[in-house]
Amino acid sequence: MKLINLKGIEIIAIGGSVGGIKAVSEILKSLPADFPIPVVIVLHRLRNVPSSLQSVLQHSTKLRVKEADEKETIAAPFAYIAPANYHLLIEADRTFALDYSETVKYSRPSIDLTFESIAEIYGKAAIGILLTGANDDGANGLSSLRKTGAMCYVQDPDTAFAKTMPQAAITSNFGCRVMPLAKIGLELKNAVHQIN
Amino acid sequence: MENHKRIEIGEGEVEKIIEALNRYHGIDFSGYSRASFTRRIQRIADKDANGTFDTLLHRVSENKDYFYKFLKEITVNVTEMFRDPSFFNSVRKNVLPELSRQQSLQIWHAACSTGEEVYSLAVLLHEASLLERSTIRGTDLNPEVLLTAKQGVYPHRNFQEYGQNYERSGGKVSLSEYYEASYGNSIFKSFLKDKMTFSEHNLVTDGSFNKFNLIMCRNVLIYFQKPLQAHVVHLFKNSLVTGGFLCLGSKESLLFSDDRLAFEVVDAKEKIYRKI
Ligand SMILES: C[S@@+](CC[C@H](N)C(=O)[O-])C[C@H]1O[C@@H](n2cnc3c(N)ncnc32)[C@H](O)[C@@H]1O
Repeated sequence: MKLINLKGIEIIAIGGSVGGIKAVSEILKSLPADFPIPVVIVLHRLRNVPSSLQSVLQHSTKLRVKEADEKETIAAPFAYIAPANYHLLIEADRTFALDYSETVKYSRPSIDLTFESIAEIYGKAAIGILLTGANDDGANGLSSLRKTGAMCYVQDPDTAFAKTMPQAAITSNFGCRVMPLAKIGLELKNAVHQIN
Repeated sequence: MENHKRIEIGEGEVEKIIEALNRYHGIDFSGYSRASFTRRIQRIADKDANGTFDTLLHRVSENKDYFYKFLKEITVNVTEMFRDPSFFNSVRKNVLPELSRQQSLQIWHAACSTGEEVYSLAVLLHEASLLERSTIRGTDLNPEVLLTAKQGVYPHRNFQEYGQNYERSGGKVSLSEYYEASYGNSIFKSFLKDKMTFSEHNLVTDGSFNKFNLIMCRNVLIYFQKPLQAHVVHLFKNSLVTGGFLCLGSKESLLFSDDRLAFEVVDAKEKIYRKI
């Protein structure tokens, strides 16, 4: 297996929709408790209803899972989730900003917006990961990340609960690493061993 | 892909716009958080097919009509009825019973946008038999959204979701009791509207104008940097009677304001505070 290089990586952004909770859990499961890079997760979720997303994800990982708060400083070993019914953006000082503006591709939070914001602030110090989903949110966001030179993973559509999202991302972007979940997790985990 | 050149809005462009808005229109956006603000301006620039940044800046500065259009686009006016039903439920349980001790109630919806939140609370006040004694003031920076708020006419297509939100907030009847349907719109009944007045008020520059028993200001502070948040919370403190309630958006807090010590927490999760 080729070892990827996590040196200089400061943030990992993960997006997904239908089937996304299970898929994100799968990746988080492989990351060690002292994983040195903060993870930001954008999943499409129902609005205006109580949610157990935080506790569900917490069960799968040794990282600390929490909803992103506005103006919160981004740090490891946290896995942050975008709150329901807000877009999640990043400020130049690497704090979170919440935004209650129009839905994008019928979604709020929008994966595109968070990925674009991360591309702008972190450039190639970011890694983008796009998982299962039934619309094409995330494809534009991955383009922004690719343009700034960030490495991107896309879940192999054949292994995804819903293919549309990963397929759209692959079709509109060159050079994404396409593989099943377990392999994405393994690559990240092994890369960390490498830098530690 | 696009064949025109995109106007790139970076830090420098944002600061120039902020300066022009202040110099030509007396509106100060310097305390706004940049991530969202930059995106709003970029959105406007993207619609501007053949322009350059300089023509955009010029039009914002000199052209009143364009300025108002611009203002509408940069401020986020999105809103809905009974957003966060659990919040409205908490207002029913924890705020209204306390307010019912007062003979008359002064209520301020700061930055109320198109008014959906004002009508939501009016429904709650009515159901707690408090509407009769209430005077409700809705304010916003943007005059255009206030016209919509005044009319109380909203597209019917959203009302299925609003009705569900209302039920989750503890609503006992059907939300449709409160409006008439007409040509794809829902028009709120006048007994709800009678108690409301709407006017322009800028939280950055305008001061306190009354004492209130309840101030609701939701999903505005997220757009402000910490010092401006503190400024606005101070304004609210000075505009509340002792024992008056302050309600913020579900992801907002008093954390960045020294005035937090002047409040007790009524519901930490729903961001309801009370001036002590
Ligand atoms: C996202 S809406 C919030 C509406 C409603 N409170 C809610 O939570 O659904 C934000 C509103 O704040 C207004 N606003 C922004 N800056 C303001 C300022 N300095 N003074 C008054 N209103 C402002 C905007 O015009 C917009 O209508």
